[in-house]
Amino acid sequence: MDKPIKMPLLLNRNARKSGEDRLVSSKARAKRRAQQAFWHGIGFGFAALWIIPILWVARTAFMPKEAGISSTWSWAWTFDNLVRVWHAAPFGQFLWNTVIVCGGVLAVQLVTLTLAAYAFARVRFAGRDLVFLLFLLQIMIPPDILIFSNYQVLSEFGLLNTKVGIMLPYFASAFGVFLLRQAFKQLPYELEEAALVEGASRLRILSRIYVPLSRPIYVSFAIVSVSFHWNDFLWPLIVTNSVDNRLLTVGLAMFAKSTESGAQWTDVSAATLIVSAPLMIGFLLFQRKVIGSFMHSGIKG
Amino acid sequence: MPIGWSEKLKRNGFGWSLVLPSLLFLALFTYYPMLKSVWLSLHEKNLAVSEPLFVGFDNYVQLLKDPVFRQVFGNNIVFAVGTVPLSIVLAFLMALFADKAIKGRGLARLAFFYPNMIPMIAVANIWLFLYTPHFGLFAKLAAWIADQPVNLLGSPDTVMGALVFMMVWKEAGYFMIFYLAGMQQIPKDLYEAAAVSGLGTAASIRRITVPLTMPTTLFVSVVAITNAFKLVDHLWIMTKGGPNNSSNLLLYYIYDTTFNFYDQGMAAAMTVIMIVLLLLVSSLQFLRWDRKIHYE
Repeated sequence: MDKPIKMPLLLNRNARKSGEDRLVSSKARAKRRAQQAFWHGIGFGFAALWIIPILWVARTAFMPKEAGISSTWSWAWTFDNLVRVWHAAPFGQFLWNTVIVCGGVLAVQLVTLTLAAYAFARVRFAGRDLVFLLFLLQIMIPPDILIFSNYQVLSEFGLLNTKVGIMLPYFASAFGVFLLRQAFKQLPYELEEAALVEGASRLRILSRIYVPLSRPIYVSFAIVSVSFHWNDFLWPLIVTNSVDNRLLTVGLAMFAKSTESGAQWTDVSAATLIVSAPLMIGFLLFQRKVIGSFMHSGIKG
Repeated sequence: MPIGWSEKLKRNGFGWSLVLPSLLFLALFTYYPMLKSVWLSLHEKNLAVSEPLFVGFDNYVQLLKDPVFRQVFGNNIVFAVGTVPLSIVLAFLMALFADKAIKGRGLARLAFFYPNMIPMIAVANIWLFLYTPHFGLFAKLAAWIADQPVNLLGSPDTVMGALVFMMVWKEAGYFMIFYLAGMQQIPKDLYEAAAVSGLGTAASIRRITVPLTMPTTLFVSVVAITNAFKLVDHLWIMTKGGPNNSSNLLLYYIYDTTFNFYDQGMAAAMTVIMIVLLLLVSSLQFLRWDRKIHYE
């Protein structure tokens, strides 16, 4: 970041106020205004375009069935679709399964990645660089790609069609390890030294100093992890084959497939809204934190 | 002061026991499956041959000859070429817009980012609806332009374009936030200095913002290319790879080959090809070419 900054240019900065204001005539200013308005128009136009799909689906989800088929616009609305869809498929069960899977994955991940991140940040052990490279491999080849072979591993363990089976491949998160390692490294080493002198064990130091001081990073990781697993589809689809273990996304896909005709769009829209709503509401409530967390997910380790 | 043997041993043991839990799961669900795919890809195993039979590189040769595989592979390249540059350029422009201190930029940011929070499968439902002839908004729009009813997903000529469009809508806002982060790190002084030297807005974007966000562009490119191969959920809902395989993608074809055609040797061979491809893509980043790009 430092090299491209040209020092002479920086020195010119102070000359700006005196000279430039006089040079800018009112005509040029008007032209600038018009240009700016033009670009704002395009920008907000795009933003509006981006919102259309969700508005369209939300509108359809609350539309009475008859209005959904007719091509004329109507203002009529109803909650019937949402209620009917909720009872037409076991969405309550799917929701519960999804919560368990997301929570279970996150709980185990937090333990495994805390330990590994501390090892990479603060413990010098033989082979550390090699192990680091091995972790890197998971970032390059995410488990999503390996569905075919992971399915076989799972069937060797006899864990097909179980919630644990859906969770297992994600218990170790190299991405989380790198994220947390970076945070641990930024904490002053003196804290640890002081605690060591007072006779604290290293595991105690980890749980009493490192973990609490890195809380924002844990929250970021949790948000990214939960939204990933909430939205995951192909893996949960192939692992499960009964209602007891299906997740929301899989349930939605099955439901949508079973009602495939134009007249049913009010139902499919309602189901889509139900499945997307929990994360969307969370996002709207905590948008700053959510966007910030995903921003973190790109900062390299 | 030299450290004693027991001290060293203790530290090594401690380090290894900390990484061991993660390493165990990585071994089971990353390393072992990769090796197993390589091994199985050299064998024939399908409905006719239940015990793996060693066939050397025969599966790979078959794949190269298989017109469907060649088409699917080509589709995936087209899908990547269609989605990656477009979503990156859009993300850059979105970030430029959302980064400016104007009223409503928070709202614009929200509008661009929210598709990222919707499950891919729900996105597929939404867009399937938008593209449904007679009912969907975009289908109506396309019909109005073409002056006749159009089935965007039903025709081999338009299906890929329709899916690329959807993917760009889903991804661009996600990439935007990385550009936002990158742009916030550029010192404001640079722009002021550029203005003094008479550089217009467009020129200062071209000569300051674009080069200084190059590391972001590289990172986003790698993620975008990986996504183009990784995200196939929508096919299950929208087209099942059709019509006539014209929208089929590699990972979906692997899924099909495994769970509908039960040809494990072939699925393994394709998985290996996928692994090699992704390793090549991500090595772009991990070789740290970004440092060179930066000072261009």
